[in-house]
Formats: sequence, C-alpha cells, structure tokens
Amino acid sequence: MKTTRAKVRLASVAGLAAVGLVLTGCSAGGAANTGEAKSGQDSRGPITYVQGKDNSNVVRPLIEKWNKAHPDEKVTFKEQSDQADQQHDDLVQHFQAKDENYDVVDVDVVWTAEFAAKGWLTPLTGDMAIDTSKLLPATVKTATYNDTLYAAPQTSDGALLYYRKDLVKTPPTTWDEMMQDCSIAKDAGIGCYAGQFAKYEGLTVNASEAINGSGGSILGKDGSPDVDTADAKAGLQNLVDAFKDGNIPAEAITYQEEQGRTAFEDGKLLFLRNWPYVYNLAKTDGSSKVKDTFGIAPIPGKDGTGASTLGGHNAAISVYSKHKATAHDFLEFLESDETQKFFATQGSLAPVVGDLYTDSELTAKLPYLPTLLKSIESAEPRPVTPFYPAVTKAIQDNSYAALKGSKSVDEAVKDMQAALTTATNSGN
Amino acid sequence: MSAATEIPAAVPDPAGMEPPKRRTGGLNAEHGRWAVYLIGPTIALLAIVIGYPVVSAVVQSFQLDQGLDKATGLFVQGGFAGVTNYVHWLGQQCGTTTCPPGSLGAQFWVSMGNTFFFTVVTVALETVIGVWMAIIMNRDFRGRALVRAAILVPWAIPTAVTAKLWYFIFDANGVLNHVIGQQVLWTSSEWASRWAVIIADTWKTTPFMALLILAGLQLIPEEVYEAGKMDGASTVQRFWNITLPLIKPALMVAVLFRVLDALRMYDLPAILTGGGGGSGNATTTLSILVVDQIRQGFNSASALSTITFLVIFAVAFVFVRFLGANVVQTQAAQQKGELK
Repeated sequence: MKTTRAKVRLASVAGLAAVGLVLTGCSAGGAANTGEAKSGQDSRGPITYVQGKDNSNVVRPLIEKWNKAHPDEKVTFKEQSDQADQQHDDLVQHFQAKDENYDVVDVDVVWTAEFAAKGWLTPLTGDMAIDTSKLLPATVKTATYNDTLYAAPQTSDGALLYYRKDLVKTPPTTWDEMMQDCSIAKDAGIGCYAGQFAKYEGLTVNASEAINGSGGSILGKDGSPDVDTADAKAGLQNLVDAFKDGNIPAEAITYQEEQGRTAFEDGKLLFLRNWPYVYNLAKTDGSSKVKDTFGIAPIPGKDGTGASTLGGHNAAISVYSKHKATAHDFLEFLESDETQKFFATQGSLAPVVGDLYTDSELTAKLPYLPTLLKSIESAEPRPVTPFYPAVTKAIQDNSYAALKGSKSVDEAVKDMQAALTTATNSGN
Repeated sequence: MSAATEIPAAVPDPAGMEPPKRRTGGLNAEHGRWAVYLIGPTIALLAIVIGYPVVSAVVQSFQLDQGLDKATGLFVQGGFAGVTNYVHWLGQQCGTTTCPPGSLGAQFWVSMGNTFFFTVVTVALETVIGVWMAIIMNRDFRGRALVRAAILVPWAIPTAVTAKLWYFIFDANGVLNHVIGQQVLWTSSEWASRWAVIIADTWKTTPFMALLILAGLQLIPEEVYEAGKMDGASTVQRFWNITLPLIKPALMVAVLFRVLDALRMYDLPAILTGGGGGSGNATTTLSILVVDQIRQGFNSASALSTITFLVIFAVAFVFVRFLGANVVQTQAAQQKGELK
C-alpha cells in the first residue's frame, strides 16, 4: 500500500502535468491577423522604433530630429543586440506575445517574408501605402511577399568586386574573363579570387550570386524550388572548378568577410568579392598594403554584370501597433531624401533611393556609390520565402559539400532541390 | 525444584517488538510541516522554471509545426501530430520521403554520433590530464597557490570568449599553423575540425575536473601513503593501488558531471566551426541541431530536445546505477569503511 508521501508525490506530479497541458493549450496561435492589421490605422501617438545595435550612431540623431518636429508623436528607440540571430529571435518573441510596444521594427531583408507570412506585419496598402517609385526595384522586391508590400526598404547593400588595378588594367566583366586573368595572379605568386565560402549565411550569398549570375534561380516565381537546371549547375560548377584549379585558394573554404578582407589587404589576392564596407578600411587601414592599388567594379556574371545579392534592412509596421498612422509617417520619414543622405554620409549605409547614387555630395564621401548602383540595379535578392532558415540551410549544406568536392555538382543540385522542396512544403 | 529448570517468565521476543519511539533531532510531524512550508516556495519556483518548460516541450512535441496556407500565403496552426515529429527525427522522414541532405532531419544520427564521440574523447582526455594536474596541485611547494590559480583561468573564461579565442588560433593563417609549419584547415577539414573542438573543450574544462579530483585527493590521509612506502610500494603501485581507488567517488562524480555537460555541448562548436567541417556537419552536436530547428519550427524542436533529454537521462542513469557514481555519499563515509 502506498505511503502518504508517495501519494502526495504522485498527486503533485499529476497536477503539474495537468497544469502544463492546460497552459500550453492556452498559447496563442499565429493565424491571420487581418482584424489587427486594420485596427489603429488612423490613430496617432508616441511609438517605439526597434533596431539592432546602432554602431554608426545614425538612428539617435534622426529620432531627435523627428521628435523636435513631432512633439506629440515622439519616437522612442529600442536598441537590440548586434547579432542578427538574436535580433530575429527577439522580434519573434515580442510578436508572439502580441506586444503593442513594438511599433516600427527594422527587419533584415531575409526575414520580411517570414514575418509577413506569420501575419505580424501590416500590409502597406490603402492608407498605409508608401511611394515606391523612387526606390530601387530590387529593394522593393525584398519587401514584397505574395504580391503585397509589407515593409519599406530602408538601407541596402550589394556586392562589389575589389581588384588590384596595378596588376589588372581593366576589371573583368564576365566570370570567364576573370578566370583568364588568373594567370596574372599565378605570375605574381598570389591567389586569384576569393569570396565567402565558410558554412554560414555568407555562403548562401555567394552561392546564390553564382547561380543567379549564370541565369539560374533558386526559387521560381511562385516560390517553389527551381534550382535543378543546367544554368544553376553551370553557376555552381564555376565555383567548384575554380577551387579545383587553385584559382580560389584552398584556405578560402574557411573565409568569412573578415578573412577575405585581411588577405586582400595583405596583397594576397587579385580579386575579392565583398561588401562595400571594405572600401574605407582598405583605403585607410594602417596595415593595408593595397591602399592606392585597388579598384572596384560590379561582380562579373555569365555574359556581363553578375547578379549581386542584396543585403540591407527594411522597416515594417507591427500589426499590434496602436498608432499606425504615426508609424506610417515615420516610415516615409525614413525614406525621405534627407534621411537617406544622412544614412550614407554618417553611417556609410547605401541608400534605397536610386537618384541619390549620383548625388555629388554622396559620391564625394562614398566613391563606390556609382559602382554599387550598377550592382544593385542588376541584383537578385536571396530567396524571398517564409521558410528562409530552412532554405538557407539547404543551400549552404549542399553548396559546401560541392565546393569541398564531397559531391558532384549534379548530385549537390539534385539534393538541394529535394531539400528545398522539403523546406518549402512543410517548413521542416 | 531447581531454579535452573524453571521456565523463565515470558520475555518479549526482541525480533517481534517495535523499537521504542525516540524523540531525536529527526523529523516528526510538526517538523515535517515546517519543512514543507520552508522548502515549498523553492519547489514551486523550480516547478515553474524547470518543470513547466519540460512538460510544455513534451506537449508541444505532439503538435505539428505551422504550415503555409498556399491560398492566403499565411501560416496556419498545424494540428495534432501524433508521433510524426519523433519519426521525423529518429526515422529521418520528411513528410513521406527520407530527409534529403541539406535538411535538418538528415543530420540527426550524424549529430548523435558527433555528440557521443566528443563526449567520450573529451571526458577521457580531461580525466587523464585532470588527475595529473590534481596530483601536481596537491603537492606542497612554493607558489602552489599561484599554480592553482593559473590552472583555473581557462575555466573562468566564458565559453563564447574561449571559442572566439580558439577560432583565431585555428584560423588558416593563425598562430597554430604558423607554429607547426603546416597549412591545416582547422575549421573545415573533417577530422581537423573535430580535433579543434576537442582541443578547445579540453583546454577549457580540464581545470573543472582537476578541481573536483583535487578535492578527493586532499581527503586521503598521508599515513596511507607512508604505510604503502614502508611496505615497499613503488610510485606507480602507490598511484594505482592507493590513490585511484580512494579518489574513485570524487572521480566518478566529476566524470558524471562532465559527461552530462559534454552531451549538451553547444556554444563551443557553434562559434568555433558553426557546426561545419567535412561535408558540412562534422561538428554538429544535438544542441546545435535543436537551436537550428527552433528557427524552423518550435514543435519539431521540442521533439528533438525531448529526445536529447531522454538520451542524457539514460546516460546519467547508467552512470549512477552501474558505474557507482553516487553524488550523495560523501568520502567521509568511505573513510569510515562504510562503503567499498
């Protein structure tokens, strides 16, 4: 016969289990929030702007400017960590809790579709619409999901090809030309080309640039996987062959952005694919050996300019916000020419307004802007899909295996297609 | 009539009698009630912070993740899943097909293998090096306090910082390659990346083992060694026959803790290699898989973390039941001769 103590223990465990079951049953679902999206659209009042760490101190001065002009609709700045994954998880937590204190949120371009599909972002239609005519089309694509605009592009970023202009007179315009220039690198005893090939998000960026640049694509127009094509295989084969021939140094398989930049600044690379931030550092770093001997160009593709992917951020209005009218005006403020210029001059962040790329004030401060414009105009965003984490994993794992030579390109692309199908069907 | 043949008066049979109730310092009913009041809040807090998430995770693991409604393009609640999530991980089924390479489901058994490999190798290395360090720290010599503090420094550094530190050391153009003169791709070759994680982990946690073993060593009285010396035991014999058996309880506890920690290893491989290496997953551990899965679907991640929990529980059970790691018994009991 059980003693009293054992009975009490059993009862408390059972009670705990029952409480647990009940409480999890109470957790909120993520179904369509059309009702919430419409609420508060005329309402004005103070709002909060949520963004990751403001390393270049651009946000605070902007918010001060807005607050002076709108004393009744003050914006408070909520600063998150500087790690992209933590920013993502923080937003997910607050959206799931239906936090009405997150009004305008800064989302990375690859999360916009995911948040839109979960019903957390207000569609920018009707009263919430913004003017996209002056914006670069590729940036608008990243903020569009299911043919609806869900966020306002805020800053952009594209790929640049850094090259040694003392060794190569004119930069190559196609991939084949670049590979032919590798003989110059061999004569000079340095590596030819490097990008970002470690197994992380940078590999997805480089792999999709290679695939898109050869005319292939990863997802089709309807969002279903379409990577098992001859063009995509050709694009990936370019990278694999370059590794095999030694045109990409073997150690580049461990490169993230910083390792490539260090190698280029040490004079060990002829060509480097990287982001615009390298420009200032290569020009001004004390240890940079290429201060006056490097130039920039758009990245090469199959028959001409390649298809850079897009970095950058969009600003979106949470459906749980209580003051959407103010949030909408704040979005337009973020996209105004003045603000975009400030992003560029103060934070070296590429603007999303096309005309500004030829503005003399900006090009004086950021000489790479005209080249960057060419990159972004022919850019293809990374797959715009609500299943982005699973999709990027599928691309990374299979490209990495192909680059290491563990799989043939045909096999890798076939597996990538299968993994993408699994990813976009069930999110598993 | 002889007094000796008299049948003595009935003496109560000691075996059948209940021992008299003693008023000692032990628990009686009133003490019991006070104990409940005082411990109650802590238990309640632990139940909320530990019990509820565990139960919630198990419940969630029987739900399907949100699926996309193709018509609206929005996510809708998945329904009841039964054991689909578990079959997904254990049987590597993604829907109706085997999980293709590049999806997380395909990495389950590889991660399991990696996790166990790391556990076995790091704990074995740390035990050997830990015992050696503990013996050194136990000796009496000038500067012993400094040596003890220096040995503990790796343990004091946060794991994420350690991982970044070793990331730079293991860089293709880093210090280690410079010193050994070879161009080893530590973060990308299959076995090099595994050994990179093992080296970094051993460097970081050997001090923990050394500390626990030192505690065991310090309880061994000097007389036992002297007796051994007098009996003619050599240094090696003294180590095998005196030191090791006497530190076995502390050693088993240290090994148990390390095994449990190593099975949950996350931040070191995640920051050092990103789980990559080899064809992409040579250093992915179960915890890395869980965190990756969280971003793709909570319910599937709950199933995976429940599986991880059960695996670790099974390992701990084996340790305590069969290998004699007893976290409650003290060495004092051992010295009193009450335990073998």
